[in-house]
Amino acid sequence: MKPTTMLAAAIGLFAGLAISAQAIAGQTNIAVAANFTDAAKEIAAAFKAKTGHDALLSFGATGALYTQITQEAPFEILLSADAEHPKKATDKGLGVTDSLFTYAIGKLVLWSKNPDLVKGDETLKGGGFTKLSIANPALAPYGAAAVETLKALKLDEAMQPKIVQGNSIAQTLQFIDTGNAELGFIALSQLTGKSEGSRWVVPQTLHKPIRQDAVLLKKGASNEAAASFMTFLKGAEARAIIGKYGYAIDSQS
Amino acid sequence: MGGLPADIWQPIRLTIELAAITTVLLLILGTPLAWWLARSRAWWKESVATVVALPLVLPPTVLGFYLLVALGPNGPGGWLAGLWGGRTLAFSFEGLVIGSVFYSMPFVVQPIRNAFEAIGDRPMEVAATLRASPMRAFWTVAVPLARPGFLTAAVVGFTHTVGEFGVVLMIGGNIPGQTKVLSVAIFDYVETSQWREANILAAGMVVFSFVVILAMTLIQKRAGRAGG
Repeated sequence: MKPTTMLAAAIGLFAGLAISAQAIAGQTNIAVAANFTDAAKEIAAAFKAKTGHDALLSFGATGALYTQITQEAPFEILLSADAEHPKKATDKGLGVTDSLFTYAIGKLVLWSKNPDLVKGDETLKGGGFTKLSIANPALAPYGAAAVETLKALKLDEAMQPKIVQGNSIAQTLQFIDTGNAELGFIALSQLTGKSEGSRWVVPQTLHKPIRQDAVLLKKGASNEAAASFMTFLKGAEARAIIGKYGYAIDSQS
Repeated sequence: MGGLPADIWQPIRLTIELAAITTVLLLILGTPLAWWLARSRAWWKESVATVVALPLVLPPTVLGFYLLVALGPNGPGGWLAGLWGGRTLAFSFEGLVIGSVFYSMPFVVQPIRNAFEAIGDRPMEVAATLRASPMRAFWTVAVPLARPGFLTAAVVGFTHTVGEFGVVLMIGGNIPGQTKVLSVAIFDYVETSQWREANILAAGMVVFSFVVILAMTLIQKRAGRAGG
């Protein structure tokens, strides 16, 4: 074969492969609340193994992701850290109404790298620290839950000068991880596989339940890969992963 | 100013303070550095110049990440903060000043260096033959001749610090009155759908930047003519 024919054959072969691969495997863009990062990665891998579809994940604070969605961001699914933003999305006609469901219930945890610091709410009352890291309550539901917890403990005013805000729950953890804040409120899921430090899982009675809802967005309404991901997320395999990362699972949905 | 939310002024004041202090510090630190870069014959001086220039191309996240670690309890920042009983320089106004000095350094050093280089050796040699000490020659000959460079450096250093976002977001902790500067306030307003407030601040920034750049260009033109 002449080199040019070979090249043409190769191009033809690759094009053919690409087209056939596309016919089987689709892809879907998913906006994921930062607290669900690790679980979402594992679910996406399992989803790929089972269906062949690619789930492309973008992480951020729920409020930030939502703002992007209102401005036509190419997301097809929102895995929110709350129930409020997915509902707002469907109210505004950005989401598919009957696709809403609670995929996880988050747990808030007070965590420090120092193994002796966090003993319970008395640690907060004792005030033996200079900086308490929380997520921006206006953007991140775990931040709002942290503020509710401080209010329930009547510590919100006392803590005010010590609070530093991460832009998302991921940045909140980063502040603690780098030692810049001694402790902070983060998602229990972020501590999966971490046994170091000291922690206090905040009782669910101190804040409103952190119901994390998923919604299929209008942009993904006709994408089979997106619909397939929503189904997968409700299935036993995904639920096992979600449970493993420290979330409770809603029994109703 | 009717209808403006009260909390809109705090980030503005804070940003101006940050930019002003940073600019003064940069002029103090940057002038000798620029002088050395302009006059030295050391073979490694361009390596130093390159380090100074790095923030021009590095994403702010790189600087933000290293600063977060360096300012923390395990870095020099934590040691420094320990001198007055603190643990970390992150989340403080002082921390932002340190970050801004690194971030805006090239914008101050480069115009001053260029201005010093443009003077050339001759005026300094003449000053020396007139028995001026090097220090005196520097203040009475080099600095006045390099005035346009200083002006550009101060203006660009100031505005660039005002426009800083990524680094502040990463090391600031969003504390009102301490680290919540203008760019972060705008970000917060946008992300929480308070677009009216975002608009007021953002439009203000556009006007401010336009005026500064235009004024600088005009001043430079005039200085250029005056310098012949």
